[in-house]
Amino acid sequence: MANKESTFINMVATLFIVTFISSAAVGYVYEATKEPIAQARLEKKTIAIRAVVPDFDNKPIDETYTINSNVGPLSCYPAKQGGQLVGTAIEAITNKGFGGTVKLMVGLLPNGVIKDIAVLEHKETPGLGDKMDKSKSDFSIQFNGKDPSKMKLTVSKDGGDINAITAATISSRAFCDAVQTAYTSYMKEGKQ
Amino acid sequence: MNQWDNFKKGFLKENPVFVLLLGLCPTLGVTTSALNGLAMGLATAFVLVMSNSVISLIKNLIPSKVRIPSFIVVIASFVTIVDLVMAGYAPALHAKLGLFIPLIVVNCIVLGRAEGFASKNNLLSSLIDGASMGLGFAFALTILGGIRELLGGGAFFGHKFITGDGILIFVLAPGAFIVLGYLIAIVNIINKSKAKAHCSTD
Repeated sequence: MANKESTFINMVATLFIVTFISSAAVGYVYEATKEPIAQARLEKKTIAIRAVVPDFDNKPIDETYTINSNVGPLSCYPAKQGGQLVGTAIEAITNKGFGGTVKLMVGLLPNGVIKDIAVLEHKETPGLGDKMDKSKSDFSIQFNGKDPSKMKLTVSKDGGDINAITAATISSRAFCDAVQTAYTSYMKEGKQ
Repeated sequence: MNQWDNFKKGFLKENPVFVLLLGLCPTLGVTTSALNGLAMGLATAFVLVMSNSVISLIKNLIPSKVRIPSFIVVIASFVTIVDLVMAGYAPALHAKLGLFIPLIVVNCIVLGRAEGFASKNNLLSSLIDGASMGLGFAFALTILGGIRELLGGGAFFGHKFITGDGILIFVLAPGAFIVLGYLIAIVNIINKSKAKAHCSTD
């Protein structure tokens, strides 16, 4: 095997050429996939919004505004039908989950009643805490149609009105916490 | 070694997971379901085939003292490409495997094959070696993921057979070790009996 000799010039030149070609290739792919990646993110968000608010005919993502909460600003996506506000999707976040951050999309009707909740992101234990996802259990459905001002949004162990997921109290608490934060912030300053 | 043997070796005789015990981090981490295992395996296989091919082509142009950094750059580029393409065209899968895709860079199999095989062999052999090792890795991860999904959730490739829960521990981290241990034992039995049969016919 006729390897090139390991002189200083050879080594520098080789590394330069290798990194140059590699970065050009990666840069090209980055440019080529930029559009689809942004599209996929938008798609995911739109699906989540559609799942938690009543039918709408505007583009909620274009009308995004933020509200302040005790965990930082939250994004709100107003859903309108014929110019009339029919619901608001709020991207709720909490870091009290068993595996860290839990991100939800909470859909509120204009009067503050919960329409529906979708899980955007979580790192909870598979088989336990991941039951907060609607596809895995009915836990999140018990929130639907409830008015948080007329009930306690905490698990029954803490004296609240929510039935926690069996063996995943911490995940259930985090879920309630995120919903409560979204609701409180929205009622305080969210209405547009 | 003929090319068919070269291709076959990755599945049982030199399987990266069951025999060489390389790349165990993604092996244990992502195999909570058969689909996750298969996707991770195929992503690694793609990187292996591409990096093995490129490295066998450029092996004579690289001074031996800087070969490892050069190999890493080549491998990392392909991993980044897989990562970006997956994020763009298979976002659901990317969300599940996201954390482990960048880790393919430091997967011992990829660098191991680059250093141990591709830097000494021609393009065709290296390409087949990459495919063999990559598909062997995918094969191992799919079996491991399939068994864990079956026992832990009563499902296979997402199709549920039973209502309710399975044996939860198999979806959690300890389950990965338990299943992998038994699989390695089984593969050892197979490989040993093959070796014995080989000896007696000689």
